[in-house]
Amino acid sequence: MATQLRINGETHQVDLPDDVPLLWVLRDEIGLTGTKFGCGVAACGACTVHIDGEAVRSCQVALSDVWGDVTTIEGLGTPDAMARIQQAWVEQQVAQCGYCQSGQIMQAAALLAETPDPTDAEIDEAMAGNLCRCGTYPRIRAAIHSASRKMQEA
Amino acid sequence: MSRIGTIARRSFLVGSAAIVGGVAFGVYKMNQPDRNPLTAGPGEAALNPFVFIDQNGVTIITPRAEMGQGVQTTLAALAAEELDIDWQDVRVLHGPPAAAYYNSALLGTALPFKEYARSDFLRGVSGQVDKTAKLLGLQITGGSTSMKDGFDRLRMAGASARETLIRAASDRLGIAADKLRTESGAVIAPDGTVLRYAELAERAAETEVPQPPLRDPSTWRYIGKSMPRLDQAAKVTGTAEFGIDVRRDGMKFATVRMNPRLGGGMKRFDPAPALDLPGVEKVIDLGHGIAVIASNTWLAFQGAEAVTIDWDNAPDPAEQDAIWAGIEAGFDTRPNSKLRNDGDVDAPVPGATELTAEYRVPFLAHATMEPMNATALYTGDGLELWCGAQIPTLARDNCAAALGLDPAQVRLTTTFLGGGFGRRLEVDFAVYAALIAREMPGTPVQVTWTREEDMRHDFYRPAAIGRFRGAVKDGQAVMMDGAIAGFPLAAQVAKRWLGVPFAGPDKVHVEGAFDQPYAIPNYRIAGYQTDTEIPLGNWRSVGASVNGFLHDSFIDELAHAAGRDPLDFRLDLMRGEHAPSAGCLEAVRDMSGWTGRTPDGIGRGVAFTYSFGTPAAQVIEVADEDGGIRIRRAWIACDVGLALDPAIVEAQMFGGMMYGLSAACFGEITFAGGEVEQSNFPDYDALRMHTAPKTEVTILETAEHLSGAGEPGTPPSMPALANALFDLTGTRARELPLMHRFDLLV
Ligand code: FES
Ligand code: FES
Repeated sequence: MATQLRINGETHQVDLPDDVPLLWVLRDEIGLTGTKFGCGVAACGACTVHIDGEAVRSCQVALSDVWGDVTTIEGLGTPDAMARIQQAWVEQQVAQCGYCQSGQIMQAAALLAETPDPTDAEIDEAMAGNLCRCGTYPRIRAAIHSASRKMQEA
Repeated sequence: MSRIGTIARRSFLVGSAAIVGGVAFGVYKMNQPDRNPLTAGPGEAALNPFVFIDQNGVTIITPRAEMGQGVQTTLAALAAEELDIDWQDVRVLHGPPAAAYYNSALLGTALPFKEYARSDFLRGVSGQVDKTAKLLGLQITGGSTSMKDGFDRLRMAGASARETLIRAASDRLGIAADKLRTESGAVIAPDGTVLRYAELAERAAETEVPQPPLRDPSTWRYIGKSMPRLDQAAKVTGTAEFGIDVRRDGMKFATVRMNPRLGGGMKRFDPAPALDLPGVEKVIDLGHGIAVIASNTWLAFQGAEAVTIDWDNAPDPAEQDAIWAGIEAGFDTRPNSKLRNDGDVDAPVPGATELTAEYRVPFLAHATMEPMNATALYTGDGLELWCGAQIPTLARDNCAAALGLDPAQVRLTTTFLGGGFGRRLEVDFAVYAALIAREMPGTPVQVTWTREEDMRHDFYRPAAIGRFRGAVKDGQAVMMDGAIAGFPLAAQVAKRWLGVPFAGPDKVHVEGAFDQPYAIPNYRIAGYQTDTEIPLGNWRSVGASVNGFLHDSFIDELAHAAGRDPLDFRLDLMRGEHAPSAGCLEAVRDMSGWTGRTPDGIGRGVAFTYSFGTPAAQVIEVADEDGGIRIRRAWIACDVGLALDPAIVEAQMFGGMMYGLSAACFGEITFAGGEVEQSNFPDYDALRMHTAPKTEVTILETAEHLSGAGEPGTPPSMPALANALFDLTGTRARELPLMHRFDLLV
């Protein structure tokens, strides 16, 4: 039985068992590989996407439970038309291997939507679930502050 | 087909005896030229293995893999500097597996000598070793060697390509070459005529020039500057292609489940429960485990779990205590090495205070953020492979051997690596993909490991025990005798990668201890080894990740026994021995405002390790807070001789430190029932945003030789933290990870 999903503004019919996590629907079925697999157990944040604007771990949301519109990193901006938060990431030269960064950016985007000018403590709180094995945290923090400034100026 | 696949296509199709397009110039004629692995189509030119020109412009082909360390950006900058192309026009691709991309710097660093005190004679010897490296054709990204290897080669490749293009323009315009200049990807004539490199490509491919001299550093525009990294736009938009992101038409998704008792076989298995599950198409017998092919990775995961399997036992002791006992038994054997043996550590020093200490460090997993994976397509008479590989030549050769193919029948595209840290030097994941793809000829198969499989089937940083004895007198160290027992990593790796036995002293086993720039008159470092079948691997900074902690912790203990400030104590021993090392200590002292005194509730520790040719010092500050002990601040100073890209060196320094601190706090792999007990981030955690220290980095450039940055930030982080915890709590941390003894903030 096909399930209907709205992803980055487009409608998709997905024919997979109900319990397949959204992460694997996105990656292996829709071909949106920007959302990453890191742990499968909600411990790393690499798979973070938005559902109705809320940051969620897509490895933990079964296909049949997707309750709203899904936005992935690809829906945020493209190399030619980056979102301001992505521009801030480039400006701060955040990414090392880059594998965690889709999740970091989606988590930070949700934070900034809710808290446009977060304190360091608020950043700590919001980002604690997003692991980076390359240790890029100082530049992520700088990029969040920079994105916050950019978004308020705009 | 990927772009590099196209460029390297012809050599793949017709094998190593092929006559290939493109011409090898300049630098490659210094000795026997390596065959240029690139092939040019009409209107294109593979000017050398590193510079490819087509109608869209110049692509720099990098011999090393981008795993986050920024290597593609800096290697491209080296070539672009000589080639006169604008930064926004620079494009990069990973080179295919090829002898031309051998790493000339790696084996030189493997010589069993103290690098910091290397004489010109020894530098000459390592030059000879480079030739051996070339014979072996090891295309390795590792050992913090990419810049040592690439600094001249990429600049020479760029310069020779530039001269070739000038000569081609000279022929075309009938104007003497010395009247032409280059700028922004074009040759420019005195009358203002502009010939884009792309227009000259075809003619240049037929032109040969002698190797021109390299530009004077005073004219550099890119080298020494923090360049915008070439990978950032792709990595913030989800469009960077990692191995796990490879997608081909009709692709299937698979996973593996190997015997968790490492090294053990499989008695029997029943695929039926898996085959009943939706999406599962095939269960494959891999001898010591199984693979499941499905229509979706997650369905493959479910299938693999459903297969019922009867495993054999592991060849090694099943319990962690027995493994420790095996290491301890090594102390009673003949030492494998005494790479430092100055003075006489057994001669009594009247009036000296003696002390001893024993330290333990655990096995560690790499836990790259991207779990192991590879994608393969078997065509019946060839294999196409996509994966992140630190040694693509080894991946190619081992996959070929596994399928009974000639290496020339394997085409490998190196993707971005979602972390390497040494794990992707190994090629097990690529070989599994090849074996699995063979069961589905004509269908591309992506094989992704679960995190649990990744963590429980790693090549682990070996556990080790250090027993140290030392003596201080009048505030100075007069004797230090370190014995380090562990497992023979170098021998295991030599056998696995090269199929050769390893003899002689194992430098890796004691690096980070025997080669430290301290002038202690009676000073011995000996290595003891016990054999094991537990898979061992190179973990960021390798032996120094062990010995940095053992050696520097004991130096700290000596300082306290001598009643000295631990930073001054180190400086005194170091100043006459190696000035750049002392410079690093002075830099962290000044940056951190080190006074040797800390208020209640605050602790500070200093540490120093010389590794991979780079001295690095760190000061770590910890604070006792309500919720536990916080690692509050960190100061790092290193001396890399020449910082080719300061922002990248800085990122490597704090990234390396974070990797080390994560391990020092939480990292351990232990065995029970023959199986690794940890399986995922909840039991193998790392520092996170809220537990990461605020960090300042100073990069010095006083050392005589350029050195690497990827690893030297890791070793001193662990003792610096342990020394800070001692300052805070009065408890000496002699075993890692620290979470067992200290109430660390999580
Ligand atoms: S993959 Fe979902 S949190 Fe790690
Ligand atoms: S950039 Fe590599 S894991 Fe975060």
